[in-house]
Amino acid sequence: MITKRIIPCLDVRDGRVVKGTNFLGLRDVSSPVDLAKFYSENGADELVFYDITASSDGRKLFTQILTETASNVFIPLTVGGGISSLEDFDRVLKCGADKVSVNSGALRNPALICEAAKRYGSQCVVLSVDVKRVDGTFHVFAKGGREDTGRDALEWIRFGLSEGAGELVINSIDTDGVKEGFDLEMLDAVCAISDVPVIASGGAGCAEDFVRLFQALPGVDAGLAASIFHFGEVQIRDLKALLADNHIPVRR
Amino acid sequence: MTGIIDYGVGNLFSLRSSLAFLGEETVISGDKETLAACERILLPGVGAFEDAARKLRECGLDQFVHETAERGKPLLGICLGMQLLFEKSYEFGCHDGLGLLKGNIVPIPNPDNALKIPQIGWNGLHFPEGKQKSPLFRDVNEGDCVYFVHSYYAADCAGSVLATTEYGAELTAAAGKDNVMGTQFHPEKSGKVGLSILRAFCDL
Repeated sequence: MITKRIIPCLDVRDGRVVKGTNFLGLRDVSSPVDLAKFYSENGADELVFYDITASSDGRKLFTQILTETASNVFIPLTVGGGISSLEDFDRVLKCGADKVSVNSGALRNPALICEAAKRYGSQCVVLSVDVKRVDGTFHVFAKGGREDTGRDALEWIRFGLSEGAGELVINSIDTDGVKEGFDLEMLDAVCAISDVPVIASGGAGCAEDFVRLFQALPGVDAGLAASIFHFGEVQIRDLKALLADNHIPVRR
Repeated sequence: MTGIIDYGVGNLFSLRSSLAFLGEETVISGDKETLAACERILLPGVGAFEDAARKLRECGLDQFVHETAERGKPLLGICLGMQLLFEKSYEFGCHDGLGLLKGNIVPIPNPDNALKIPQIGWNGLHFPEGKQKSPLFRDVNEGDCVYFVHSYYAADCAGSVLATTEYGAELTAAAGKDNVMGTQFHPEKSGKVGLSILRAFCDL
């Protein structure tokens, strides 16, 4: 039986993991390579690296770190942040990424989804969408959730799927950082239209939030979070034990 | 030395680095002589069957794979590389494979569209009852999870099934006969379990 995936997300700037970390026994908690190894050894099913670097020097550093991580960690690795062309896909795939996530780059140039899917296969193209409620409907937000594009989120997702996106990462801006659970209402609407895996993001505050997510929405394939893992509030091993106790299939 | 066949299909970064991580020397090459000097051969592959089968033939490497099999040298196909070992694929038409293993590549059955296709994610391995476990899986336990990304699978190959997985139906996860083996999943992306399979392959 296919298992539900638990995915920690690492924001990387200038070669370091941003957001505090709180691990015992980990020498350098802001080293992306060390943190990736730690997560991989402790039950993470996949890792997402977001490059939030603005400078070209930082970008070079990011690809170096990606190479080092992919040489030491043998679980699927998704890379996002600053992906706006096929050259960007090429750059990170050559450094060991398995999947590439597009967000603002695809909003600026929607043809990117289809071009990348044709060249690298749909399984390689992850459409990441930041969603927020505006006047009772779901809007797509750009620029890390700061700018309302005015676009209807479900229409954008439908478009992305028809263009060949192979997975969806759906981040709720309404629940992100609030730590009161995933945005079940919005994710339910996305699951209803998606025939590819849906990765839920935004709002996890405790292990029980993942249980509620997978119990309420069988169409969700994975849960993604950052701070609760980085701060050690939730250990992935414990989370998986809890999910298994609740009859949710997980890799142990 | 492990030879990884380079015929212009897919990303070989992870495969090479996983073997390097195990302390194994590798060479990635499309040159028959270089590959023929290796003790064992990996046939990788992602993408569409027809395209990959054509590229392998255009590089003249289909013959090399046959020779490797005949010489009794360990040969492991991964993902699409495994599918190429079979007789035919029905992915977008009907295309000839290498025919080293009996069986055909067909779509994952999806009655009522209840399943998401491709299967993407970690799924458990099951070993056929009453059959001796392949040495490839010497360190793998019943139910251990590995990472899959595929829309097609090997059918009509009951005699060569080494492991199965459950996704709507029972699907071939690994197949093999003597020195010719293949995994539908990606051992190079399957954490410790995957590394143990690559380790076992290198120890054959």
